[in-house]
Amino acid sequence: MELERPLPQPITPEAKPYWDGLRAQKLMLPRCRACQRAFLYPRVLCPFCHASDIEWVQASGRGKLYSFEIAYQTISKAFKLKPPYVLAMIELEEGPRMMSNLVGIEPDPKRIACDMPVEIVFEKLTDEITLPLFKPAGGAR
Amino acid sequence: MKELRNSVCIVGADESDELGTLPNKSMLTLHLEAVRNAVRDAGLKISDVDGVFTAGQHSPATIGEALGIVPRYIDGTTVGGCSFIIMVGHAMVALHHGLCDVAVVCHGESGRSGVGVTPRRDTALPGQYETPFGFGGAPTYFGMITTRHMHEYGTTLEQWAQVAVSTRAWAGLNPKARNREPITVADVLNSRPVCYPFNLLNICLVTDAGGAVVLTRADRAKDCAKKPVYVRGAGEATEHVMLTQMKNLTQSEATRLSGTKAFAMAGVGPTDFDHIMLYDAFTSGPPIMLESLGFCKPGEGVRYFEHGRSTPGGTLPINTNGGGLSYTHSGMYGIFPIIEAVRQQRGECGPRQVPGTKLSLVNGMGGMLSAAGTLVLSHER
Repeated sequence: MELERPLPQPITPEAKPYWDGLRAQKLMLPRCRACQRAFLYPRVLCPFCHASDIEWVQASGRGKLYSFEIAYQTISKAFKLKPPYVLAMIELEEGPRMMSNLVGIEPDPKRIACDMPVEIVFEKLTDEITLPLFKPAGGAR
Repeated sequence: MKELRNSVCIVGADESDELGTLPNKSMLTLHLEAVRNAVRDAGLKISDVDGVFTAGQHSPATIGEALGIVPRYIDGTTVGGCSFIIMVGHAMVALHHGLCDVAVVCHGESGRSGVGVTPRRDTALPGQYETPFGFGGAPTYFGMITTRHMHEYGTTLEQWAQVAVSTRAWAGLNPKARNREPITVADVLNSRPVCYPFNLLNICLVTDAGGAVVLTRADRAKDCAKKPVYVRGAGEATEHVMLTQMKNLTQSEATRLSGTKAFAMAGVGPTDFDHIMLYDAFTSGPPIMLESLGFCKPGEGVRYFEHGRSTPGGTLPINTNGGGLSYTHSGMYGIFPIIEAVRQQRGECGPRQVPGTKLSLVNGMGGMLSAAGTLVLSHER
């Protein structure tokens, strides 16, 4: 079966709870027990206070569109979705930012605005890998 | 050379938590553990570290980003396994001159188990977190900075387009420039959309090119063939590699730190320059660099490119070689603005010469405003 998207690789051990969570349709975030701040990407020490005591917490899946681009041409052969599509930087409610795609809305710069509220959509790619995509909160327009 | 003897000490040393066959630890984890352990061994904190020296697949920018620090001195000399030994010598010179105060020379490698390893430098993290969404290459990233800037400060597509128009006017005066025909704001806005907010003419060329500069100490410089150009100040910093790790998308902390350091060394401020070279992989870079360097408030950088300001004959010429946008851009463009500043300071530029120029600024970025290097150059001491 040919995939529409390149698989995330290399998956690293410190990110396993993140990918396990997505597979179970949950957005799991690493959070520092010392300073209580969640962060992405997962790493073995907190990028804020540098403590090494990390726990994993479930995020709400809500956030805002911190910024975006609209791709009119495909960059890599492995990414087979037809342009135009929205490249999105999401800022989660909990604080961390992540890259994704904004779906469920026409890829038109007049319809998309920074800071618009978004919510997560779990997109299964394979049995192993589910990706976090985002759509406008409160339904597509 | 003798003044370097004993000016610097090694105060911490340690390995990663474990050594051996570690299929459950990524290369980045081994690297971070080693830094944490060595810094602890020194009795210092990671937040004390302001110089990062590393070789191999992780650039110093990646290690700075992973640690959440913004180093003001970095070194990525990669010449094989002895690189770390060499870099202790490099750290010695940097510390001796106060270019940083706490240096970490560090390493992490999953040589046996190959965990978190990719063939190209700094591609492992984007490969895991960004590539599945269609990201790849600078145009898919740098536009995010622009979109956010437009949202926060109200800058317009027309204003970004004017950067290309101004730069192309200079290319018209440079016989080595690739694209020399004048363009208008409408031409830029009507050029092929690539990745909103960028059309083709907002994006730099892709060419094949080489460039080099040669330096020697000032006392020997007068015996060389042409008028020497003094390096009055130099600065650098790295903030991130991945854009999600940048604190504020519209303000480059790396550029701010790099500029501050170079200006302090040179004893100058933004208003002292009469010639400016800013790395232009995209039309949005130069205005944001001016803001981050302290020339103006956020949102005002685009005004510097209006006709009569940055343009030929204008009050503050910018990118007088025609830039990465219109002269040449091989991929890593940074040597070329240095060459142009040298030529301008020597008075060699013919039709594009800035008359009587005394002080050139060269500011370059790496990645998506991830890293910055700043030089202050002058034909006078």
